Amino acid sequence: MPILEGEGVTKYFGGLAAVSNVDFYVDEGEIVGLIGPNGAGKTTLFNLISGALVPKSGVIRFQGANITGLKPHRICKMGIARTFQSVKVFANMPALENVMLGSLFGAPNSVAPAEAVREATALLDFVGLSAVGATPAKDLTLANQKRLEVARALATKPKLLLLDELMAGLNPTETAEAMALITRIRDQGITIFMIEHVMKAIMSVCDRIMVLHHGVKIAEGTPQEIATSKKVIEVYLGE
Amino acid sequence: MNAVGVDLKKLRAPALLLVLLLLLIALPHARPGYAVVLVYTILMYIVLTVSWVLFSAPTGYVSLAPAAFFGVGIYTSAILGMKLPLPVVICIGGLASAFLALLVGALTLRLKGIYFAIFTFGLVELIKHFVLWYELKYTGTRGRFLLPVGNNTIYYVMLAILVALLLTTYFIKRSKYGLALQSIGEDEEAAAHTGINVTLLKIITFAISAVFTGAAGAIWAIRLTYIDPYIAFDVNNSFMPVLMAIFGGLGQLYGPILGAVVFSFLREVLITRFPYYYMLLIGTILLVSILYLPNGLVGLIQRWRRRIWGGQHANT
Repeated sequence: MPILEGEGVTKYFGGLAAVSNVDFYVDEGEIVGLIGPNGAGKTTLFNLISGALVPKSGVIRFQGANITGLKPHRICKMGIARTFQSVKVFANMPALENVMLGSLFGAPNSVAPAEAVREATALLDFVGLSAVGATPAKDLTLANQKRLEVARALATKPKLLLLDELMAGLNPTETAEAMALITRIRDQGITIFMIEHVMKAIMSVCDRIMVLHHGVKIAEGTPQEIATSKKVIEVYLGE
Repeated sequence: MNAVGVDLKKLRAPALLLVLLLLLIALPHARPGYAVVLVYTILMYIVLTVSWVLFSAPTGYVSLAPAAFFGVGIYTSAILGMKLPLPVVICIGGLASAFLALLVGALTLRLKGIYFAIFTFGLVELIKHFVLWYELKYTGTRGRFLLPVGNNTIYYVMLAILVALLLTTYFIKRSKYGLALQSIGEDEEAAAHTGINVTLLKIITFAISAVFTGAAGAIWAIRLTYIDPYIAFDVNNSFMPVLMAIFGGLGQLYGPILGAVVFSFLREVLITRFPYYYMLLIGTILLVSILYLPNGLVGLIQRWRRRIWGGQHANT
């Protein structure tokens, strides 16, 4: 049974169908990639899953339960965590407190403050930020802010992690580190659904890829199938 | 640093506060009369300012509703003051304000930034005119009189409200909810996606802050002895807490308290010494402090401290 599935998910912005009748599924333990040109509706789809937006029609199920239209905090507590395309860290708070908030509020079971500190410290270590726990998030580099978002998301003990362009704006070394991080997260048993523009990353890391174009799903398959799909190449390069 | 040093430092602040509290309790016995009135006026402004800070400083939602909550407290007192014992009246004043805050919060806390500020400002006017309409239509009188009680009673009630408020603020700030409120101010969307029920937390904190503003209004009404809607819902009571908090500096809890003390003392002195120019002087002081003290009095203190103790730098 898929951990996440959507049926006929649709969202309009004014007259524009940002996401149009999209069916999708993510199996447990998979890393699924979501690609498509700018404006294809990728982030909108993530916003619909995480509860930031409510779909006009369609159903989204997580572990069999209907989560369509639930508030973001409820969805987070159920086990879906996310990061943002434009980083949204709590800028004036120390990195450690950023992550602690995830433990304190996002986890399915409530956690005592002392335990939250321990978990946050371990997670900062896991993403490679143990040296900057006391630094306000705004003073971190972009790469580190992105890792901080991942740590904060992991602190909510998710079963499914939505990564929205984790690698955008990172240099090649940082990209490689981010890819390694994704694999390590999967090894912990967390399912990953990721939007990415860095093709090398998505091709090597993902088990399966889904392509959106103008809000419509135009292709789905293994990285090889997607890389050789005529339709996908047309969308990206023109006919 | 040795262990004893750490312990002493930890004890210093509570010890200092305790001494201050004892001094405040002793004051009416040592200096009855005007000093008591002056100090409870200052205490009232501290209550208004800290209540405002409790909600607005961490979340960044600038509320101009204090005058509405204060006025609800005043009217509670005017309506029930002769029928019920004073402590009950104060509590009902607080709860009535909290109820209003819950209602208003549920309706409007989805508004962001300037829209929320303007709505809360409008709320004060709305309630003022509603009460005025009601009084003229149904009671036939514009104002109401209250039975005066002793200055010392007003003083001790105000002090008790302040102590309760400071304890509440301290525990909220230290709890995980304090952290969550701050995260709402930093990035509300991220806060919601981190599992925080942002709407509920905002509404409840807004209501808690209104409890103390309303309670202060309920006791203040007795000091006023005559009230009408224009006195009870004076918009100045919305702006003063904001000004005092900014004047003191928002970063630390002691900033707004310091701001309220200095500002209300200054106000009192200027009103008595320069009754015709006092608004002009207050305005000038505000302009200068905004221009030269962007972080308020706290910023000034921190700058002095840094000059004495030397700078501290963190690395990334």
